[in-house]
Amino acid sequence: MLDSIDPFVRFKGVQKSYDGETLVVKDLNLDIAAGEFVTMLGPSGSGKTTCLMMLAGFETATHGEIQLGGRSINNIPPHKRGIGMVFQNYALFPHLTVVENLAFPLKVRKMSAVEVEEKVNKALDMVQMRAFSDRKPAQLSGGQQQRIALARALVFEPDLVLMDEPLGALDKQLREHMQYEIKHIHESLGVTVVYVTHDQSEALTMSNRIAVFDDGVIQQLADPVTLYEKPENAFVAQFIGENNRLMGTVKDVAKGVATVALDNGDIVKALAVNVGGKGERSLLSVRPERCIVASEKTQGLSALNGRIEELIYLGDHIRCRMNVAGDDEFIVKVPNTSGQLGLVIGAEVFVGWETNDCRALDYLC
Amino acid sequence: MSLNYKSIVAAATFAGLISGIAYAGDLTVVSWGGAYTKSQVEGYHKPWMAKTGKSIISEDYTGGLAEIKAQVESGNVSWDVVDLELSDAIRGCDEGLFEVIDHSSLPPAPDGTPATEDFIDGSLSSECAVPNIVWSSVYVYDSSKVRNWNAPKTMADFFNTDAFPGKRGMRKNPRVTLEFALIADGVPTSEVYEMLGTEEGLARAFAKLDTIKDDVIWWEAGAQPPQLLADGEVIFTTAWNGRVFNAVAAEDKSFEMVWDGQIYDLDLFAIVKGTKNLENALDFVKFATATEQLAAQASWISYGPARKSSAPLIGTYHDNPDIQMLEHMPTSPAALKNALANDFMFWADNFDEINEKFNAWLAG
Amino acid sequence: MPNVIEPITAADGTPLKKKLARALFRSKIRAAGLVLPLFAFILCTFVVPIFALMVQGVHNDTFHTYMPRTAEVLEDWDGSSLPGELIFATLAKELAKTKKERTVGKVATRVNRQYSGARSTFTKTARKAVKMEAPFKNAILKADKKWKRVEFWQAIKLTSQTWTPAFYGAALDYELSLNDGFERKAEKERIHVKLFWRTLVISAVVMGFCLLLGYPVAYLLATLPLKTSNLLMILVLLPFWTSLLVRTTAWIAILQSQGVVNDILVWIGVTSNDSRFSLIYNMTGTVVAMTHILLPFMVLPLYSVMKTIPSSYVRAARSLGATPTWAFLKIYLPQTVPGIGAGGLLVFILAIGYYITPALVGGQSGVLISNMIAFHMKSSLNWSLAAALGGILLGGVLLLYWAYDRVVGIDNVKLG
Repeated sequence: MLDSIDPFVRFKGVQKSYDGETLVVKDLNLDIAAGEFVTMLGPSGSGKTTCLMMLAGFETATHGEIQLGGRSINNIPPHKRGIGMVFQNYALFPHLTVVENLAFPLKVRKMSAVEVEEKVNKALDMVQMRAFSDRKPAQLSGGQQQRIALARALVFEPDLVLMDEPLGALDKQLREHMQYEIKHIHESLGVTVVYVTHDQSEALTMSNRIAVFDDGVIQQLADPVTLYEKPENAFVAQFIGENNRLMGTVKDVAKGVATVALDNGDIVKALAVNVGGKGERSLLSVRPERCIVASEKTQGLSALNGRIEELIYLGDHIRCRMNVAGDDEFIVKVPNTSGQLGLVIGAEVFVGWETNDCRALDYLC
Repeated sequence: MSLNYKSIVAAATFAGLISGIAYAGDLTVVSWGGAYTKSQVEGYHKPWMAKTGKSIISEDYTGGLAEIKAQVESGNVSWDVVDLELSDAIRGCDEGLFEVIDHSSLPPAPDGTPATEDFIDGSLSSECAVPNIVWSSVYVYDSSKVRNWNAPKTMADFFNTDAFPGKRGMRKNPRVTLEFALIADGVPTSEVYEMLGTEEGLARAFAKLDTIKDDVIWWEAGAQPPQLLADGEVIFTTAWNGRVFNAVAAEDKSFEMVWDGQIYDLDLFAIVKGTKNLENALDFVKFATATEQLAAQASWISYGPARKSSAPLIGTYHDNPDIQMLEHMPTSPAALKNALANDFMFWADNFDEINEKFNAWLAG
Repeated sequence: MPNVIEPITAADGTPLKKKLARALFRSKIRAAGLVLPLFAFILCTFVVPIFALMVQGVHNDTFHTYMPRTAEVLEDWDGSSLPGELIFATLAKELAKTKKERTVGKVATRVNRQYSGARSTFTKTARKAVKMEAPFKNAILKADKKWKRVEFWQAIKLTSQTWTPAFYGAALDYELSLNDGFERKAEKERIHVKLFWRTLVISAVVMGFCLLLGYPVAYLLATLPLKTSNLLMILVLLPFWTSLLVRTTAWIAILQSQGVVNDILVWIGVTSNDSRFSLIYNMTGTVVAMTHILLPFMVLPLYSVMKTIPSSYVRAARSLGATPTWAFLKIYLPQTVPGIGAGGLLVFILAIGYYITPALVGGQSGVLISNMIAFHMKSSLNWSLAAALGGILLGGVLLLYWAYDRVVGIDNVKLG
């Protein structure tokens, strides 16, 4: 049994290079607890899939160690790792029927016919695909194939399941539906899941923790709320959710609050999260839904002048594009409350927010 | 390549299409290529073109009547004059593939002897063809290779694997092969064909071949035997004497021919039936088979002229005045000491049946 | 709701079905026009010649064309005793006629195929027939003693029949005689059936070797990066760009007993100088040279199939617990079956038709049935027998094709 202190999966100083010149993964350290749902999120080429493949055993780490259940698996071939995996394009064996696909990992393990049948049926029931058991994968829709792939990765009851952008090929509605389904299966089975995606909403929906990857490095590892609410650097702030950016130079940092002079001269106070000292450049990040549009300054809020450039009616809210501090891509989500419908394009207004909602981060050019 | 038999039928259907595109010269002469065609171009073509001012297109083929048959049957004849083996000449004549040539219209010898008497005996047996050379099947060894035996002298030596151990090259064809076997078995040359015509004689020939069957490498193209010998693949090989001479004279090989039991044969010119250049073709054939031209060709290759009157005119190799051509010809007195003339009538009658048996013997 | 369903009409009032059919007809005509030239080309250069050739296997009217009267009177002959004066007289007249028309050779050659030696009997008798007078029976019997043999007459009657199964019989080593029907040839003279079997076996062996050698190459090609695989592909295709004769001759230089391979074996001491291996001029040589020549035909279909199999299948199998071998056998291999089928069929059918390579490197044990067909096509001019042999070969290939379809399924073939 696992030692509760030891993590279930551990990346220890892992590096990976394909060409001997550049590192695709730079010094990765990541601990994953048993039963956790961890998502590796990042743009393509950020190294997240490589990490997954190293964990699965299809790539070898150039340096460092990967541990599973407390022992190094660097030299264990994929088929002895006992890790279930769902591939991007499902990788259902096209010449085998649904049942044969599901029975494959069981037969490899030399289980008896009775046991195989029982487990296959259980897995099929889990994904509600019992009716399709004799079909070939080509006779199934994308969503159905996805369910079978999921069932196949789980049917041999692995402790760890890896998923490599498994929902990428589905349409939006189905994708959202499957997200919940995967989440529920994870919760009911208690299996550890490492999930790779470049879709941030997917990551936010399903994960216990999310590791945001960029340039071979984990930029931030946190639960969804922290990640969204408290991004630690400009990359994470931009990558997760919508985000307004204001550029400026730090005037002063005191008691965790930075005073920043924007490029047009306005002075703004912001939460000092990731800034250098006085005179350093900084990027201020404000979520669109945390801004308030008003005809006059509100007490206790930072406020800047702005001009409404565009209004898009989205039912539950109005998307208001403004010109603020010389940037005409500043977005404010105005809740659709009765008073707000008076917004007019071209109107000069004030846009304001709480100091804590504006985070002063490192400068990205 | 593999579907050749289909493409031949296709060729028959479409020969017209192709020949219509081909450049039409005054005369197309088809022969076997290599040193042999070269000797004909030097001996016949050039003088004829100089005399008449007309042009000749020289084409190569690998023997056989299939292409000629295709041309004649489709009515689109693009070959005018063809150089053939006697057996093909007779078979083709039977099948109506060739024009009849009046032998009495051939030019007489310089001393006035009529052509019908000047050509060597029996060589004018096909009314469709005029002979030009006598060639011979002999066997050869490489005297430069050190062996622990003395030079072979007789046909029997070819079959003697005890005294001459090693592989032998032979043509994959019952013709010549069976005659060699009987000669080696002690049958006098004059009785070989009579013997082959009987069941017992045929069995005797095959029995003799059985004694060397495991030591034979079978060749099919004329260029193979000199190569097999030069590579040391075989210690002896049957070959056509002109090819051997060419290897000796032009490539400096030290091949020695054993003339004992040689079988000589003819090559002939025939005119393809339905040619549009019949007049030119007749004129060329008469010109080329005249005494002087046959002698001229003989300085390029060691095949004997088909006219007796050409013999005194034969000189030395065109490239080397030390080589007296007559000595290398199958018609030289030394070569004819124990020689056999190919009996084309026998083979015309019996080739199909004997060949079937030969093939069955080979495969067995 | 209306009770009667009105036919739907187009805007101008014509029924929609009619209108649609007319529109489709026009596009069908256009499509047919586009394929017509190719269709005509294939029909003229492939289908018609093959059909003509196949007909020749059962049809030979040489005798009937040039000696129609003789063929006619022979029909009434009982076939067991010497024919009467009528037949002899007709024969004499027609022999004289063919002599004049110079067609006697054709008839003689035809009969000679049935009865060895008949050629000279016919030509000799034809020469004399011009001056023959009644009673013709005596005159002809005097001209050549073969005319006295009943078997000779039986052979003539057989050749006078225009439609005959004799050539197909001969192609299967059976002899047709007038009174006894088909009889198996003497043990020593049977050759075709043996060669058919040998051809099938060698073709199968060549196919096997091609698969064995081609499979890893195709796999490598399909999985290597494009730059490297392009280079490799050129190496695979190289044999296509050299002539068949050059390639075959190269194998002679390599495999002969004084050749490169044997020299190396002697040098490293595997064998002594006196006991070099016979690697060529036998079945080994045929198989080696043919495998080399046909290898690209196996590699290319395999490659095109493997190219479409993503690496994720094998990875999935591995992650599900399969060893590399198991994953290959159960997951990768079954998916390449269409390629194996296509390559195998291609190589097998091409191998069946090969004759130049076996002729050059086959020696006596490497001769195939196609050599026989080529011989009767090119040298003996016995096209009827060649057609019969070809017909049987074609039938055999179709049979194998059918069997393949039954076992594997023909839609399981992917050529590219």
